[in-house]
Amino acid sequence: MGKLDSKIPDGPLAQKWTRFKATTKLVNPANKKKLEVIIVGTGISGAGAASALGEQGYNVKIFCYQDSPRRAHSVAAQGGINATKNYQNDNDSTYRLFYDMIKGGDYRAREANVYRAAEVSNQVIDHFTALGVPFARDYGGTLDTRSFGGVQVSRTFYAKGQTGQQCLLGTYSSLNRQIKKGSVTIFPRREMLDIVVIDGKARGIITRNLITGEIERHSAHAVVLATGGYGTIYYLSTLAVNSNPSAAWKAHKKGAFFANPSFIQIHPTSVPQLNEFQSKLTLMSESLRNDGRIWVPKTKGDKRHANDIPEEDRDYYLERRYPAFGNLVPRDVASRAAKERCDAGYGVGETGLAVNLDFRDAIKKQGKKAIEGKYGNLFDMYRNITGIDPYTQPMRIYPAGHYTMGGLWVDYELMTTVPGLYSIGESNFSDHGANRLGASSLMQAAGDGYFILPNTINNYLSDEIRTAKISTDKPEFEEAEKSVRERLDRLMSIKGKQNAGSFHKRLGKIMWDHCGMSRNEAGLKEALKLIAELKEEFWKDLNVPGTQNEVNQELEKAGRVADLFELAELLVNDALNRKESCGAHFREEFQTPDGEALRNDEEFTYVAAWEFAGEGKAPILHKEELKFEEVEMKVRSYK
Amino acid sequence: MSKILFASISKKFVMALAGLFLLTFLPVHLIINFMLLRSDPVPFNSAAHFMATFPLIKIFEVVLIAAILIHITYGIILQVANWLARPTGYVSGNKSDTSFFSKFMIWTGASVLTFLVLHFFNFYFVKLGFVQGDPEDFYTLAHKLFKIPAYNYIYLACFILLGFHLYHAFSSAFQTLGLNHRIWTPVVKKAALIYAIAIPAGFAYISVTLWLFR
Amino acid sequence: MNLTLKIWRQKNAEAKGSFETYQMNNVSPEMAFLEMLDALNKRLVEEDREPVAFDHDCREGICGSCGMYINGHPHGPIPAITTCHLSMRYFKDGETIWIEPWRAKPFPVIKDLIVDRSAFDKIQVAGGFISVNTGSAPEANAIRIPKKDSDSAFDAAVCIGCGACVAACKNASAMLFVSAKISQFALQPQGRAEARDRVRAMVTEMDKLGFGSCSNTGACEAECPKQIKLTNIARLNREFYKAF
Repeated sequence: MGKLDSKIPDGPLAQKWTRFKATTKLVNPANKKKLEVIIVGTGISGAGAASALGEQGYNVKIFCYQDSPRRAHSVAAQGGINATKNYQNDNDSTYRLFYDMIKGGDYRAREANVYRAAEVSNQVIDHFTALGVPFARDYGGTLDTRSFGGVQVSRTFYAKGQTGQQCLLGTYSSLNRQIKKGSVTIFPRREMLDIVVIDGKARGIITRNLITGEIERHSAHAVVLATGGYGTIYYLSTLAVNSNPSAAWKAHKKGAFFANPSFIQIHPTSVPQLNEFQSKLTLMSESLRNDGRIWVPKTKGDKRHANDIPEEDRDYYLERRYPAFGNLVPRDVASRAAKERCDAGYGVGETGLAVNLDFRDAIKKQGKKAIEGKYGNLFDMYRNITGIDPYTQPMRIYPAGHYTMGGLWVDYELMTTVPGLYSIGESNFSDHGANRLGASSLMQAAGDGYFILPNTINNYLSDEIRTAKISTDKPEFEEAEKSVRERLDRLMSIKGKQNAGSFHKRLGKIMWDHCGMSRNEAGLKEALKLIAELKEEFWKDLNVPGTQNEVNQELEKAGRVADLFELAELLVNDALNRKESCGAHFREEFQTPDGEALRNDEEFTYVAAWEFAGEGKAPILHKEELKFEEVEMKVRSYK
Repeated sequence: MSKILFASISKKFVMALAGLFLLTFLPVHLIINFMLLRSDPVPFNSAAHFMATFPLIKIFEVVLIAAILIHITYGIILQVANWLARPTGYVSGNKSDTSFFSKFMIWTGASVLTFLVLHFFNFYFVKLGFVQGDPEDFYTLAHKLFKIPAYNYIYLACFILLGFHLYHAFSSAFQTLGLNHRIWTPVVKKAALIYAIAIPAGFAYISVTLWLFR
Repeated sequence: MNLTLKIWRQKNAEAKGSFETYQMNNVSPEMAFLEMLDALNKRLVEEDREPVAFDHDCREGICGSCGMYINGHPHGPIPAITTCHLSMRYFKDGETIWIEPWRAKPFPVIKDLIVDRSAFDKIQVAGGFISVNTGSAPEANAIRIPKKDSDSAFDAAVCIGCGACVAACKNASAMLFVSAKISQFALQPQGRAEARDRVRAMVTEMDKLGFGSCSNTGACEAECPKQIKLTNIARLNREFYKAF
């Protein structure tokens, strides 16, 4: 094997990061000016890294497919961002957050990375506050926190239900400062279509200008992918509809290993599907579970209006099954419990694929005003989408694909298996194991972008100070551009009947049905067959009208869907390989008699990092064994 | 400095100040006009004489003329820039729920200007000697004018439009000057309504009385 | 429902553009407006015609990508929502719906309903930030901010940068947008140090880009999907005078 060197620094866990920073190689300020870094993606991790690297003096080029960096999907995170400030004096500490994440991730994350994520969390809050992010405050003018899914301390900082938006806009503002200074150049409406690797090192990217259709070459001394997750593999998910894993997938095909692709978090509280044309499932922040109680009728097919069902006929199944955590169990547990009830026939609504999230008791106890203050915007949003008023009757919710713990394999320095190619934020696999705890994605994204990558990338770039500006005329650029063009031509030339979206929808259904909240071997094998068939149909019957040299949203979609097919196959293979249930990955064959996940630590305490072996060839599995030195592996119980 | 001196907000500021100043002039003019209702021409004429000769008022007059010119000039400059900011309009129009009269400020303003020109020919230019007439007896002149029906029609129409203009202008000026307040802004809005009705109504009352009842 | 759509089609920035009429039958009232357009586009692709280009992304009202001028209103006739949250149940069977791009000189049309809103980014690049380097921030609770100010700052900060204020304003003015940014920073002590330079730079940039001026008409406030208040514009004016 030997291919996976996670480069974890020596020393006690709590000192690894400090030691790393103290001993890593540096680049002097004069040399930084000569070095270029490409960052793809302008979410909190990408724009954060661009800001920090720009401040250090590097020349940064940052790319996004949206019209403005401010639209990156970090914007949609609702509930909050964790930090171990212990402002509530409730026993919080770096270790406790680390422990919660390791446990929440079902012991499938790398200890050193997780500890570091927890360690920098306080700096993140300090920095965002200094940038003017208007976090919620108490009457005394200090920052407020709330407790959030899956933990027993109150460590989640928030800005109503728009924490992601506020953190992203804070990051965007720091990015703008660097753009004004000239250290960062922004390239909006660009889609990355390939990575250029020269002599084994990532040296640039090929992009398509989404306005003119022009294929562009950009070179740099290092490339950072901050391109988010691949939750749109389910078509219906809580993600932005244009979110896509294409950049990560291109990197994978150029040598970056893809780790734990089957670890996809299903969020328990989203608005259920209402119609067949639905393009997305809107997330209702899980903070709602702090005050809302989840229930279904005790009798199957109880068709009474929710408000007419008396207390004794309601089954508050989370409180029943998990008395210690109740409605606040982690996302994977809450999602599966909802699925279990609905599959058993207790679901509500016309489809039977929904459960009630009820605020009746909270409103009775705290008053409508207090509830409005906490969740007003979410309630309005819900009413807008469904026409139902959550102040007077329960919301209906159902799980939806949300966050991908899997992603590009990275070492402690956040570098992929391609030297000079980094991956940060959701696009890497590193910190959340098999399940992510609420309010830790903003934390990780900001930590990676602002505080970790800018302290690790120097280690690589210090060896690049003698490398002159990389010419985009090199044959590797030629070749990459050629293959990009060939593929675009191929997509355009099929001239079939169906649009890319139809294929995406069908692929999403296959994935949701066979590789969603619960999986089994037969279903996964069936999925592989169905994906292959659909993929073949795609390459035969796709239609992309228009031309390449203009705005062509169908062409953009088609390219992404083509990549999704390939990723889907890898994802299913990973799910097949992992013969255990852990975190979000639930294999029906591996469960306790009462339906809880059953891990197999003997055989699967590893990160499954997949190497691309070539078109049509089976991917090669590499294992990074996980060692738990600080935490004892236990059965995750929230009872 | 020149950049911010001629910024759109600066222009608006000057316009608002000039406008507010003009607002203070209207009640003064109205009070003097009420003297037209008396059968004795002396009080009106002496008031007019006082207004025309008292040194402090002379300064006031210069400022007033300047305010009118600035208000008009900036109004036109800003309006042209605003038109240029939207070269292509909407086919489905604009149905936003807005302050109705604010949309026609340039037109209500223009009609007030038209009236002002007429007014200047009738009175102000007489005083300055540009136009023939007796600057010492505006009383008789006014009474004569108000007997002409067409003059009254124009006069009334212009004052209704002035009312529309004032209604938005009054509160808008405060907003432009940055003077908004949780309690006082609603009061200003009410005051604007009262002002915008009372002032034109006052002038109209005088004209109609002189036209039909004298 | 059966609907008649009149959609602005324009090949590119240079092309002339015109309205095209599309008949949409069997539209479910449960659909969102953009899903109705998805359905139209699916049909167009199947007929090998070019689908309607429009910006959209999160489809949950927060990214600010979507924006269409629908029947005389930015984001359609329902207040306080974005186009992606506009439900078809707000329309009547047999209705004709006019769909136009944002119209403003600083927002040129790129294609069909897509406009270039980079002017907003330019305004923010000019000064919409607090100059603090990564790592140099003080402990977060070292800065205490009265809850009232912090809440007001938040209310301004929720702007999604969609451009509906400009689209609605008869002057195509960006004052509501700029004022939201200025307010967010002006209301918090962290932002005060640079308040003067910020407001000068942002207003200068706004003027340079060709946005109109504010005539306190209030269309922006009426159409803002995030309900940003006109009081922010008064604050912007104050901040600007303070900067002299």
